[in-house]
This record gives sequence, C-alpha cells and structure tokens, in this order.
Amino acid sequence: MEFFKIKKDIPFMRYALVFNVISAVTFVLAVFFLITKGLNFGVDFTGGTVMEASYTQPANVPLIRDALTKLGFADAAVQNFGTARDVLIRLPLKKETSSANLSETVMASLRQADPAVELRRVEFVGPQVGGELVENGALALLFVSIGIVLYLWFRFEWKFGVAAIIANLHDVVIILGCFALFQWDFSLPVLAAVLAILGYSVNESVVVFDRVRENFRKLRKSTTVQIIDNAITRTISRTIITHGSTQMAVLAMLLFGGEALHYFALALTIGILFGIYSSVLVASPIVMWLGVSREDLMPSKKDTLEDGRP
Amino acid sequence: MNKYPLWKYLLILVIVVTGFVYALPNIYGEYPAVQISPTRTTKVDQALIALVEEKLKQANIAYTGTALDEQGARIRFVDTETQIHARDLIQKALGDNYVVALNLLPATPGWLAAINARPMYLGLDLRGGVHFLMQVDTAAVLKKAEENYTDDMRRVLREKKVQYLTVNRLERGGIEIRFRDKAEREKGLEVVRKELPDLEFIEIERSGDFVISAQMKPTSVTEKNRFALEQNINSLQNRVNELGVAEPIIQQQGQDRIVVQLPGVQDTAKAKEILGRTATLEIMLVDEEHDLVGALSGQVPAGSKLYKMRDGRPILLKNRLIYSGDNIIDSAPGFDSQSSSPIVSITLDARGAAINQRVTGENVGKRMAVNYVEIKSDTKLDEQGRPVLDANGRPVRVTRRVEEVITAPVIRSQLGKRFQIEGLDSVQEANELSLLLRAGAFAAPVEIIEERTVGPSLGADNIAKGYQSIWVGFAAIALFIIVYYVIFGFISVAALAVNVVLLVAVLSMLQATLTLPGMAAIALTVGMAIDANVLINERIREELRNGNTPQASIYAGYERAFGTILDSNVTTLIAGLALFLFGSGAVRGFAVVLCLGIMTSMFSAVMVSRALANLYYGNRRKLEKISIGNTAWKETSLAQG
Repeated sequence: MEFFKIKKDIPFMRYALVFNVISAVTFVLAVFFLITKGLNFGVDFTGGTVMEASYTQPANVPLIRDALTKLGFADAAVQNFGTARDVLIRLPLKKETSSANLSETVMASLRQADPAVELRRVEFVGPQVGGELVENGALALLFVSIGIVLYLWFRFEWKFGVAAIIANLHDVVIILGCFALFQWDFSLPVLAAVLAILGYSVNESVVVFDRVRENFRKLRKSTTVQIIDNAITRTISRTIITHGSTQMAVLAMLLFGGEALHYFALALTIGILFGIYSSVLVASPIVMWLGVSREDLMPSKKDTLEDGRP
Repeated sequence: MNKYPLWKYLLILVIVVTGFVYALPNIYGEYPAVQISPTRTTKVDQALIALVEEKLKQANIAYTGTALDEQGARIRFVDTETQIHARDLIQKALGDNYVVALNLLPATPGWLAAINARPMYLGLDLRGGVHFLMQVDTAAVLKKAEENYTDDMRRVLREKKVQYLTVNRLERGGIEIRFRDKAEREKGLEVVRKELPDLEFIEIERSGDFVISAQMKPTSVTEKNRFALEQNINSLQNRVNELGVAEPIIQQQGQDRIVVQLPGVQDTAKAKEILGRTATLEIMLVDEEHDLVGALSGQVPAGSKLYKMRDGRPILLKNRLIYSGDNIIDSAPGFDSQSSSPIVSITLDARGAAINQRVTGENVGKRMAVNYVEIKSDTKLDEQGRPVLDANGRPVRVTRRVEEVITAPVIRSQLGKRFQIEGLDSVQEANELSLLLRAGAFAAPVEIIEERTVGPSLGADNIAKGYQSIWVGFAAIALFIIVYYVIFGFISVAALAVNVVLLVAVLSMLQATLTLPGMAAIALTVGMAIDANVLINERIREELRNGNTPQASIYAGYERAFGTILDSNVTTLIAGLALFLFGSGAVRGFAVVLCLGIMTSMFSAVMVSRALANLYYGNRRKLEKISIGNTAWKETSLAQG
C-alpha cells in the first residue's frame, strides 16, 4: 500500500506567502483569545481545591451546591464529571479558612447528606506552590526554546534554528489559543503536553531541513526554492504517516484515557495537527526568507583550500 | 552488506532477553498482605510470627505465607477481604506496640526476585494514597531564636555589670542594644561578642544613641533551620506509625519543605490530624515520697498523677509544672568528655535557666521527668458513623491529650542554663531523645501547602485506562504499519514491541515512579517511536524507486535515516530534560518516561529492526524484490538533476 505517489515536486514555496498569511491570521486570533479570554488555569497554577466525589446513584448537584453555600463556599463550582454519579467540586483559595482542612469539612457535610458518597480525589494547591509552578513552567518553555535553537544552530545553521523555533512556538501559541477560546482546563499535564509537542514538532522541521541540506550538497544546479520544494515533497509521505501514527496513539488516549488524560491528549492532538502544517510549511519559507544559501551548509572554505583548489 | 557480525546479533539478543526478564515482574500483579513493623520498644522476630500464625489459625483465617526481613514481618492472604479481617485481628492481638498495616506485595516469583527484578514502582495516582507537601515556618523559628538571644543579652550584660539602656528585637529581624555612651558600648560589645558567638555585631551611631546591632550569623541561621526541619521530620516519622502505612515516604525537599507520601491511606482527615499535631514538653518532678504500687492499685496521691514511660513502665509525677519545652532552646546528642558515653546536652533560655537553678538546687538526688504531650483531635461521629456537624455545618472535633514520659534522670547537682542527660544506652537513644527534646524548641508551625489524594478505586481506574490507551494505540499503529509496509511493517512493529518491553524493563530496574502522566508518556512514546521506522522504510522505498538494488536500498535506508533520527530525537530529549528539571511530581514522571522512551526507541528502531531486516534479507544473494509495499512507480523530479 502506498498513499503518496507524488511524481513531481509540489511547488510549496510558490504558496509560501499564503501559508504564512494563514499562519499569521491563526496566530493573531490565538493571541486575541489569549488576551481577551485568557487561559482557564487549573488548580495547579491558581491554587485552590479540587475534589472529585462519587455517588452510588446520580448525584444531586443542586443539593451539593446548597450544602457548600451553607458552609460559606458560595463561589464553589460544582459540576458532573465523566458520569452523572461523579461530581467535581472546585473551591477557590481563601485567606481566612485553613485550606488544608477544607476538603474534610466539605466531605463531612456531603457525608451527612448521603453516607455512601466516596471521595475519589482531592487536589489542594496553596498559593506559594501555584506561583512556583507558573514560574517553573515559563522557565521550562524558555529552556526548551533556547536548547532547540542552539542544537539546530550547532547541527545546521542559525537560520534553521530560528525558523524552527518561530514555527513551533507559533504552534504553542495556537494550542494555548484553543485552550483560551474553549476555556479548557489548563493544568500541569497540559503544559507537559505542550512542551513535549514543542520538541516533537521540531522533529518535522529537522527532517525537512536534513533533506534541504542533503539537496544543497547533491543538487548543485537547483535554486533554493527548487531544493526546498523537493525536500518537502520527498518527506511529506513520511511526515503524514508518522504524525498519523502518533495521532493514533494520542487518539487512543483521548478515547480511553478518561478525564484525567482528556485535556492532555487534546493538547497533543492540536499540537500534532498544527505541527505538520507549521513545521513544514511555515518553517521552510522562513528559512528561505532568512536567505539560506548553499554556502551556509557547505563544508567550510578552509577545507576547499586544503584540497588545493582556488 | 546487510550482515551484522555475530557478536552484534548476540549483543542485541542479550539486551532484548534481559529486557524481557526485567519487564516480566510487571505481569504477575500483587497480592494482599498484612505488614507488621516494630516500634521503638519492640522487635519483630520468628516468635512473633508464630504467635500471629496461631492467632490466625484460632480465628480460622487462611493465609498463604509469611516472610520476615529487616522491615518487619509480612503475612500474605488470598483476597483483600481476609486481609482486612486479619489486620483487625492482628492489631487487636498485638496492641499499640507494633505497626500493623495493609500492604500490596508484588507477586514476583522467587527466581525473578533473586536477580533483583521488581515490578515498576507505582505512584500515588495509580495506587491511591495521600501526598502532602508541608512547609516549615522557618521565620517563626528564627524569631523565637532571636527572642531567646535578646533575653540572653540582657542577662550577660547584667552579669558583667555593663550599663545598657534597652535591648530589643526588631520587627524586621535583628536585635539592637542601646547604650548611654561610647565607653559602655565598648564594654558591652566585648561581653556579647564573647558570650554569644552565634551572633554578628555592628556598632551604629544614631543621633546621640550608641547602638550595637546584632544579627544571627548565616551559619547559625542555616543550622537553626536544619534543626527545625529535622525535628519536624522526626516527629512526623514517629506519628506516621500510628497510621499503619506500609511504605511511608517522609523527605526533606528544598530548604524548608517536607514531602509526605502515604500510599494506601484513605482517611485523609485522620492523616492530617496526626501529621498536624503539635507536641509540647512538660518538665516535672518525680513523686518519690509516695508508693508507686499503691498508686497503681488506684490510690493516686493528691497533687500527683500516674504516667507511662516509653517502655511502658508506670511512673508517678508531681503535678506542678517546673518549666515547659518552650524554655528549651536546644538539645544535641554527643559524648561525655570524660567517660565518652553517649549523652544529650540541653540548653535552656534565661527564664528556664533561672527556674532550673532554683528547683534543681532544692532537689539534688531526686528525679526530674520530661513528659511529651501531644494533642490529638478527631471528628466526632454519631451512632451511624456519620460526622456530627455544628450550627455552621462544620464537623465537630473532640480533643484529647496523649502523654508519655520520655526520660526521668536523677538530678546529680544544681543545674543551670546548660546541662546534660547521661546514662543513655546507645548513640541511637541519645539521638532519639535529643530530637524529642527539641519538640518544644523547634515547634515551628508546619503548613500543608499542597495535597493530592487519590482514592483506591480511582487509582485502579487510572491504571486500567492507562493500559487501555497504550494497548489500543499500539494495536492501531501495528495494524496500520503492517498493512502499509508488509514485511518491513512486521519488522517495525517487532522493534516497537521491543521498545515497550525495554522501556518497562528500564523503568522497573531504576524503580522510577510510574504515574498516570508516565503511562501517557509510554503511549506517546509508542506513537513517536514508530517515526524512526517510518523514516527508514520511506527511505528504503525511495532508494528502490531510484533504481537501486534491494540490498543497497536497505543499506542506504538505514544508514541515511540514522542522522535524521538522531537529530529529531535530540530535540524531543531537550523538551523532556526541561520538563524533568523544572517539573514537579507527576510532570516529572512524564519527563522521565519520555526521556527513557526516546533512548530505548533509538536502540530498538535502529539496532533491533536492522538486525531483523538483516536476518531476513541479508543472507540472500540474489534478492530481486523486498516486501515493503508497492514501489513500482517512477518519480520525475529534479532529484537526478
């Protein structure tokens, strides 16, 4: 079986401007949503308490809300989680109450109403920890970005590093934009997914760049545009198949991984879909515009002199 | 050209087989057990096991085996129901002197256990349990220390007859001593420098005032903080025993934090109550005028009360409190300079020292006891076992005091600010006693700043969902790759399977904690690892299309793809590394698996799949066609230009 029988190079670079305009528009939209709606940060970052409780019959959400209001948590959010029997309760951080005992207080009150209620999960994050997690998340993003640029600079040339990181950071912004638009829960695992995708998408750019370098050395008569078109065409089949495979694994996670992995898998899905597009069709034009040339990738001039050639 | 030397095949085989063996323990599952661990005063030995076995037989509870090691005894059961039943029975039979805990033990066969092959260590989100991150309020420790130094300064200045105006602790930290003139300040400076070596002093001129400003030395600040943390960890360790947790983890994290992980604990309210308890010390005189036997038979004299020593012996103490743990500034284990036997040296604050001097002076030859008091509080329950709520809907709590006399030495002479407790049996006893004596001094407020509790049913659900994600993902990819690349598809899938096995083996060997995000990382690794094989297979196809011979195409496919595979994996590795460095908890679990998965996939996708391809095709002299899908079409690009 073979999906791709592309006999001629597809002139991707002819449409480079189109791709970049599409990218720019999505990017601007993502930034717009990030600014206007903001991320719906999970308890990991904001601090607060999340509780998951399980009932033997469908949970009576209004009743639970009443009980919480009576306890003085009028701002608590109660919603069904997964099934009708499971509820998720979110309590914001409060200064006056000792937050550590909060979950016990709530559970005692729920147990009073229905002794069969089972506490499935509690996550409490104090304000000190939340702030640190935000800081560490930002540091990790910075570390990955710099690391990737440096590595590609070392392996290829600075133009490739810059192009790859622009293309892939733009993926990150788009994932974040989706999370802002739909107000999905942005938790620590989602951040991990975003960073993993950053590393993974760069793969795509690397594969194409690798081919660009090889072509520059092999196809001496071709222009930069031809070389890039050829590199993308030759690798497109592999790009789509690997991404398809990764997406299958992520889809399994999305379908069978339950609520805990839901947003994690969702972030990966968006990342993979946009990753194909941006790491190939955005990164390559940027390299082109940065003015990559055969000389950039040739062995240094000193070697040629030693060969005895002028 | 597509042949590996024999040693390479053997090496790959050895690695793969080792991987299989070390991954094997993960398929055996776990069986329920009751773990009996000793407390300070008791020992778990064969005799105890025999006793427990007899009790179980009497009660007709079937068990499947016993084991004894340095951590204690373990008794295995068929199901969790008998396990819980047996736990209650054993707890009742042994009383408070042993920690009796429910545990799940890996059902690893003996031959695997013998080569140290163990199943992966499951994180709390998979096995259920409580994780707390606690912060010790070190600022409070330092404040208290400075307050003590303030008292000390007043005392030494008075003793050396130096005229000072005021000695004050400043709100922002530090202590200031004001003097009337320069000469007195000179004298004062000399005195405090000599007497209080833990402090740094600077002279300050301020509008006619002659001031000495004192700060704790950085070394002594770190020392105080370290002591506070040690003391807290120690008391947490002592208290966790009460919860009956089989494998508690109590560790320092950073400068002022303590991580507590209690696998299998469900009653978080009780766990928090026990961990959050504060302890105090009460120093009292032993009542030696009255008869202990009489007191034991119920005639406790007025003004005295019966207590228990740590080893269970009764002791009669006078009610009057001499001083409390708050007056103890420090206690440290050490050795007596003459007899070189273990001792604990104690330092009191100014007030404590004054009282100590008077009371010990009057009571030479008598005994002084240190009583360790903890306040326990529980939620009040009604007859049906439901919590009782107050008018505001909050649970009602009942508190009680738990007391234990930790030491009752004889007063040999009049004591003052510094003294020592002698006659200890071992260095270990000295260490323990000194940590207990710090309870008052370093009773720094501890706050829970992070809590993650996962119920056992959720943990089991998480495992099931994680496994399902991995298997479904794997199966879907395998099916597709085999259909798409035929024989090379089989080779790729075999390499992918080896990758999963090796990853599980490495995780088991390292005993790295597997969390739910870690399982997600395994699933993701499966999806990403196939990338290398796709790269190779596509490259082989391309070489074939370009008219190369099958053998040359296989060779070129593997050789040329390798550089790309390396490059593309390095970038993911950078991301994994960043997550490991900056991530915490579950994210770190994800990062570890991601990084290890990249490394195992490099090996399996390149080495293992190539070995298989070589074995299958490498020996055929006249290879006309290889099975990698249809490549019988030509491309007309500038590739040949």
